[in-house]
This record gives sequence, structure tokens and C-alpha cells, in this order.
Amino acid sequence: MSATGIGAAVRRKEDYRFLTGNGRYLDDISLPNQSYAYFVRSPHAHATFTVGIEKAENAPGVIAVFTGADIVKAGLGGLICGWVITGKNGEPHKAPPHPLLAVDTVRHVGDPLAVVIAESYAQAKDAAETVEVDYQPKAAVTSPTAALDNSAPQVHADAPGNLCYDWEIGDKSATDAMFNKAHHVTKLELINNRLIPNAIEPRSAIGDYNSGTDEITLYTTSQNPHVARLVISAFVQLTPEHKLRVVAPDIGGGFGSKIFIYSEETVAAWAARELKRPVKWTAERSESFMTDAHGRDHVTHAELALDKSGKFLGMKVSTVANLGAYLSTFATCVPTYLYATLMQGQYTTEAIYCEVKAVFTHTTPVDALRGAGRPEATYVVERLVEQAAREMKMDASDLRKINFIPADAFPYQTQVALQYDSGNYAGSMDQALKLIDYKGFSKRKEQSKAEGKLRGVGFSAYIEACGIAPSAVVGSLGAGVGLYESAEIRFNPTGNVTVFTGSHSHGQGHETTFAQLVSDKLGVPFDNIDVVHGDTARIPFAMGTYGSRSLAVGGSAISKAIDKVIAKGRKIAAHTLEAAEEDIEFKDGNFTVKGTDRTMDIGAVAFAAYVPHNYPSDELEPGLDESAFYDPANFTFPAGTHACEVEVDPDTGVVDIVKWVAADDFGNIVNPMIVEGQVHGGVAHGIGQALLEGCQYAPDSGQLLTGSFMDYGMPRADVFPDIEVATQVTPCPHNPLGVKGCGEAGAIAAPAALVNAITDAIGASNITMPATPEKVWRALNAAG
Amino acid sequence: MYNFKYQRASSLDDASKAAAAAEDAEYMAGGMTLIPTMKQRLAQPSDLIDLGGIASLSGIRRDGDALAIGAMTRHAEVASSEEVKSAIPALAALAAHIGDPQVRNRGTLGGSIANADPAADYPAALVGLNATVKTDRREIAADEFFTGLFETALEEHEIITEVRFPIPEKAAYVKFPNPASRYAVVGVMVCQAKDGVRVAVTGAGPSVFRVDAMEKALATKLSPQAVEGIKVPEDGLNTDIHASAEYRAHLVTVMAKRAVAAAIG
Repeated sequence: MSATGIGAAVRRKEDYRFLTGNGRYLDDISLPNQSYAYFVRSPHAHATFTVGIEKAENAPGVIAVFTGADIVKAGLGGLICGWVITGKNGEPHKAPPHPLLAVDTVRHVGDPLAVVIAESYAQAKDAAETVEVDYQPKAAVTSPTAALDNSAPQVHADAPGNLCYDWEIGDKSATDAMFNKAHHVTKLELINNRLIPNAIEPRSAIGDYNSGTDEITLYTTSQNPHVARLVISAFVQLTPEHKLRVVAPDIGGGFGSKIFIYSEETVAAWAARELKRPVKWTAERSESFMTDAHGRDHVTHAELALDKSGKFLGMKVSTVANLGAYLSTFATCVPTYLYATLMQGQYTTEAIYCEVKAVFTHTTPVDALRGAGRPEATYVVERLVEQAAREMKMDASDLRKINFIPADAFPYQTQVALQYDSGNYAGSMDQALKLIDYKGFSKRKEQSKAEGKLRGVGFSAYIEACGIAPSAVVGSLGAGVGLYESAEIRFNPTGNVTVFTGSHSHGQGHETTFAQLVSDKLGVPFDNIDVVHGDTARIPFAMGTYGSRSLAVGGSAISKAIDKVIAKGRKIAAHTLEAAEEDIEFKDGNFTVKGTDRTMDIGAVAFAAYVPHNYPSDELEPGLDESAFYDPANFTFPAGTHACEVEVDPDTGVVDIVKWVAADDFGNIVNPMIVEGQVHGGVAHGIGQALLEGCQYAPDSGQLLTGSFMDYGMPRADVFPDIEVATQVTPCPHNPLGVKGCGEAGAIAAPAALVNAITDAIGASNITMPATPEKVWRALNAAG
Repeated sequence: MYNFKYQRASSLDDASKAAAAAEDAEYMAGGMTLIPTMKQRLAQPSDLIDLGGIASLSGIRRDGDALAIGAMTRHAEVASSEEVKSAIPALAALAAHIGDPQVRNRGTLGGSIANADPAADYPAALVGLNATVKTDRREIAADEFFTGLFETALEEHEIITEVRFPIPEKAAYVKFPNPASRYAVVGVMVCQAKDGVRVAVTGAGPSVFRVDAMEKALATKLSPQAVEGIKVPEDGLNTDIHASAEYRAHLVTVMAKRAVAAAIG
């Protein structure tokens, strides 16, 4: 292994510019003659309204004020949801309109209804206060279960009963049969708490119109600029696709919230053309809280049936998922195909049935957030399994072990559509048990007790489906897009390399990982490789970054392009070295005639390709520039076991996490340091969900109660213990790199592990996340 | 933020005159609450009078059997002051856990107590340590200073100049921080001085308060056991999304017990 090749812990090359203030985030960009947008937003969760803009139009510095009626007049469409879910009744999900600016009804606090564009941001904001909105407030509903009540206020006229869809997966009668013969049934009522994503960089956009070419350039905080271009051109119908360029420069985190196409960026692009001036918008932090798509928000009843020996016979899950006031871009697939298809977990459960009712409420739209459906699934499975072990008086790790899918059973067809490709679940469990010194736990529990603390241990044997996904499969399930990825490897005449990738880095470190990959495979020095992403004018059509797919899908596309470069290089070298093509070997950047010392390095090949004086021009085009698309054959299935220990202070209910071990299987690893960082970040996210984070709305008024960092608890460094990360490698068998993905694993595994440890410590069967000190204290008192 | 006129006062007299002349003046100390409130457009003073240029308002000095701390002294200065650490270590420790480093480097003692946030730490220090607030007009005993939710005994345009903390025999402050904001959900200062024991609670109610029953019990014996059976009534305590009144009442006992243990530690 070279110092910068595959497997090396290379320091992230992008960090220097980020840490020295030389990153170019969206708000760092300003264009000549730029104007500023400020959105007028509803202070009510539900209201009808009329709007008067005359005063605002005449306010100092104001260039224009637009309302929902102007958008309608301009003939623009609304925002769309890109995945059609077919319900139990055979009908597609209800897809009510999602206007860019509300026309006569607002449906959540923060719903935009007008935009003021002015010479300065302050002027736009001042003028926005003079927009006269006459609201007729109406009753609102924020809880997903309350929304299903007959008497609940209706969010959309064309979604009766607030139901978006009622969907199912699995064999109901086979599952019922298993429950009928069960020795024991474990039941839990679970809430997966609503989260606010809180990327460091708020959403931001600049629309820029070139009146000479009739092109619009939209700079925006996007994880998938081509998808944004597609939606804004084909569905919103702002302008044809070839007249729209979308640029997503350095982006300060997304966690999924920047996948989606939002009103503000779309309006900025449109207004720029209307006004023939650049229009910039940057969210204030309180706008981020109110309008970035939220995550999770499930209410679930789950049951697990076991036989006498503890073997899992069947699982029944019934979930109500909150989708918020409008359907965000991929909202519908998160609580269905990204959730219920993971109910098999790591186990041989014989029959599984899951039904999901997705509902509208007067809250911010809900969509994918780090893990997206899979944290919710792991939470259901791993809470059930742990609770079953307690009820059956079996060791929680032993119960898992007797139910694990054996390492020799792959490929494994699950009861819920997916086919697992590879794995060694017992291997990860053993690794976790060793790392946490499980044998020594009872002794540590005694020590804690002597110090007046309650110690608990919890496991989470998680699985995820990543590397989304084979286009034909997702197409058959209702996706409106394919989910391949693209790459281009462009040698420059002087031998250095520019890699164009459809993946988008907003914190993941692609500029390093992808350069390592190319350096390793092509023998080009790491420092001579630059990775370009995030600009529809520079990269091939691409699907972007989410679902831990960048390396498994985007990296595989790069790998395919590398193969094409080598194949062409071999032809060029054969010609130059006057040898047969099949006699040319490629190794460490050198093309060599087999068994001889006649060789040329890849830089010389690139030079020959661009200065083709002695070149097989009759058979070969000049240039060394290859592109590839990669459509995965299956999902990838990262899995592993996280284990943690907590100490609970019985006087206050405060939970102190004292140990955390992560035994993960991500397949092959390109940069172990980046992987470890991703696991740390994911675990931090998951601990945040389990311990601190929880979006709350006032049930009656629908006001957002956790609208700032004063009230929304973000995890901080002092919450975490050292997180020990270990990996085992069972390579993914169906992608060329054998990789599985690592970006979401921690967020998927952590909540169940932590809640299992807390409930173990306090002797309670359940506790609702976030497990705040008061909840833990109350549970302790209730448990007596 | 709405437009306002910014003035930097160079003396107390200068500041009072500017305030009297303005339509709706606000004094600014560290600005840790005022500036965010203005940014959210929830406050719109016509004039902002910055007290940061008045040198006499800053500093820490020993004054007989007390510490005198200038109103514009930053939390970080109190936290790191050798004078404070040796005379009233509980006060230095309290200051060291206010907010975050940015807040501690900007926020001031005077600004904090003038704002009288129900969850701020300093009110517990003032009442617990039996401090005296000095202003440009008079002296106010800490017990009289905090009058309610964000309410103090200060009159219009009155400026706090200094707080005088008698040096106690023993004292400790223990807080249960709000996990989001790190303000006190409950914070308890326990202090034993020549003239008796004081127990001051911040965070739990609309304003800092003393717990008479605990003070009496601790006067007999300064031990954690003395307070463990004493519970404050939950009526009138704060309930919010972070903690109920019932839980806060419970925490007052737990934090008081821990503060006593730390004080005698």
C-alpha cells in the first residue's frame, strides 16, 4: 500500500481551505449588480389569507415584490415529489399541490407566501414587514396520529382524512400464522422523534440570468445539482434543461436536507430572469429551523413473535409517518422502501409484515435525514430484540446470535423485498463484545452501584441498504429517476488528471478519497489529481450524494472510467512501443511490454494522446479522457454491531455515556481515517437523536417550540465518550471496489444502542427519545 | 435589526446624559442578550449607549472583607481572576460555566444582573453571597435587587457600577444546565458567612429566590443530609419544554445537597 493509495489514512486535502477560511461557500459568492430576497412567511400553522403589497413595493430600495399569484401568472408549476407510492388500495399516493409561494392558504409556520427583492438585504427585510397579510387563522394539527382522527383539521382538500397513502409490505397471513404458534410475543409502542437537520451552512441560493444567451445559472446549496436542474426545468418548467446551469460549490453539510428542491432557490432563479439581475437569498438560522425538511417523526406499534428457544418467528409493524404539510422531493419513499424493507434486520425472522400510513400535518415537510428510514427501522428491530431478550430472560447478545443470518447464507432473500449480498453479523457482534469487554460488565455494574450510579449496556445490530440503487428496481417501485452515477477521468497533456464526479461532497471528503482511488489505480501522484464536482456545466449528468452512495456508486463509476483509460492507454503504448496490445502490462502507472524493459509511464501515454505525432490515428482518437456511468446491480448492505454503556444518575436522571464501541462492516475501505470520522459523526448524530434532539410543535397552535439552539438541544463534545471504531471486511460482491458505504451507519445504529443501554440501566421496558433527564428520572420513579 | 443610533459613552455622566436625551435608549454592556434580541427585531431602541468605554466600570479589587467587581467585568475575567479564585472560588467557578467561551469573553456581570434572566447564574451568586449592587445613584442589597421575571429594582437609566461580594467562609454553586442553552434549569448557591447560611436558587422560578427551610436546617448543621428531606413547593416554579415544575422542585433539593457537599468538601 502506498502512502496515498487505497487503504491509506491520507489527511483530507480539502480541509486546508476549509480550515483557513478559503472555502467558497454559497454566501461567499456575490455577483455584480446583485439584489437580495427576503421571504414573507406565515406565522400561523394554518390560515387562509389575502395579501397586499403596495406599501412594500414603494418601500426604500425595493425592486420587486412577488406573491403566489405572480408565480401562477408566470405559468410556473409547483414542487414535486419524485417517488410514487402505490397504496394497499392500488392507488398512487395523494399528491396535493406544493406551490412555490402559497396562494390563498398557508399550511405550516414558515410557509412562504411572498418575496421582497431589494437593493440590500436589510431593505428587503424592512419592506417585508410592510407586506400586508390578512390571515384568517384556522385549526391546525401537528401530531401524525391526531391527524388521522375523524375530527382533525384537514391539511389538503384532496387528501381526505389527511392520508397520503396506506401502504403495506410482507406476507400478512404468513406472519399471523407465525404469531399464532408463538411461545412469546414482545410488544412495544415506539416514537421516532422528529429531528431538525441543522447543517452548519444554512440553505442559500443566487439566481443569475444571462439575457444574451437566455441562460439561468442557479448557485445553490444542493447535494445533487443535476436533480435540481431536472426538477426546476422539467416540472417547475422555469426554462429548458439546456438553458439552466446549477452550481453547488463548497457546501457546509447537508445530512439529506439539501437533496430536496425548495421554493426559495427556485424563486431566486425565476426572479433573476424577471428582473434581469442576480437575486441572492441566504436563510437566517431561524428560517433553517422552520423550513429545512425535517426528519423521522414516526409513531409505531411493533411486535415480535418468538419460539421457546428464542428463534424469531414473525414480526408485525404498524407505523404512522408524518410527512408534514407538503410532500418534499423524496418524502414518500423514506417511510416505505427505505424503512420497511429493512425490518429483516440481521435476522432469519421467518415472516414479516409492515404497514405504513403516511399523513399530512400542519408542520414543516419531512424527508430524508441521515439514514432516512433505516434509523427508524433499526430502532424498531433492535428495541424489540433487546426487549424480547429481557422478557425471555436471555442474554441480549446470545439471543441475537441464535437468530443471525449465518455468514454462509448469502445471498439472502429477505421477507421484505431486499436481497442481502454479503455479511458476517456474528463476526461484528463478537468484535463488539470483545471491544466493550462484555464479560467484565457485571463487575463494572457493581462498581457503578457502589458509587450510586446505575449502569446499563445496550446493543444495536444494525443493517442498512446503501448505494442506492439499481435503476430498474427503483423504477419498478415508483422512483421517477434512475439511480446510477457518472464519472469522467480527464488526463491533461502534461499528465495531471482532473476527475469529474457526479457525487457531491458536502463534508464527506471526496476530493481525497477519489484522488486516492485514481492515484492507486493509475499510478498518478495523489497531488496531481483534482476532483471536480457540483456544477452541471462541468460534470456529466449525475444523481448526487445521499444514502451513503458516493463511493459505492460514484466510486464505481470512477473505477469503470479508470478501466477505460487503461484500455486506451494500452493501445497507445502498444503502438509507441511497437508491441502487440495483449503483450502490454499495466502496473503502478507504467505500460510495459511483457518480459522486457520496454516501458512508458502513463504521463507519456497521455502526452502521446494529446500530441499524436506518432499515433495510431486510423484506429484511435486522440486524447485521454474517458467517462463512465455505473448502475449498481444491487444495494449494498453495510452492517455491524454498536454497543455502549451508560451510567445513570438516579438523583437527576442524567445519562452519562461511558463507553461506545462500533464494530462495522463497510466492505473494503479506501481511507480509514475518513471512515472513522464518518462513524464518529454518525454516532454523534444518533446520540443527539436519542438523548437531546427533538423538534416540538405546540399541539394546538402549531407553533415551532424548538426554533433555535436555545431550545433545540444539539449534541456537544462533552456528551461523548471516546468512540472506538473497528471494522471487519466482507467485500461487496457486486461492485468493482467491493465497498459498501459508511456515512449513515452511526446515525442508524446509535439510537437503539443508547436507548437499550438506558432502559437496561433503569430497569424500564421503554423510554421515549430524546431520553431527557426528566424522562429518565420519571421512568426510574415509575419503575420503583 | 432596525436602525438605531450608536453612542459610546466615555463616562457615567456622559452615558446618563445620552440616555436622558434619547427617545428610547438602551445601555449596552456585553450585548449577549440585547444584540440577539435586536437582531430578531424584538427590541428596537432608538439609541444604543455602549458602556464599554468607561474604564472605571471594569476590574476586580479586594475591598476589606469583600470583593468589589466592576459592572463591565467580563465573565472570563471573573473566572480567571486569582483574586476571585482565592477569595470566593465558588464565584470564579460559577463564572467559568456561564454560556460558552464567546459569551464569557463578551458578557458582563452588570449586563447579566440588569437583564435578570430567570435562568442566569449570577443572580444566585448575588443573593447567595449577600452581595450589594452599587449604581450611579445608590446601593441596593441583592435581596432587594431582583424583583421578578426580567425585573430589577433599577430605575430608568440607572447604571450599575459595581457589585460588592462579602467573602464567605464557605460557598459553592452547583447547576443543572439546560442541555440546549446551558442556562441553569436549576442552579443553587449555598453560602456560609459570619451572619448565617444562605441558599439561593436560580432557574427554578421566575426570579432568584432563597429557601428559608434549607437555610435554617443548614444553620444547625452544614451537611448535605440537612437539606435532603427539604423540598420546595412546585407551585409557581417554571414549566417549559425542558423541565416541569415538579422536576425543578426535585432538582432544587438535589443541587442544594450537592452544593453543600461541595462547600464543605
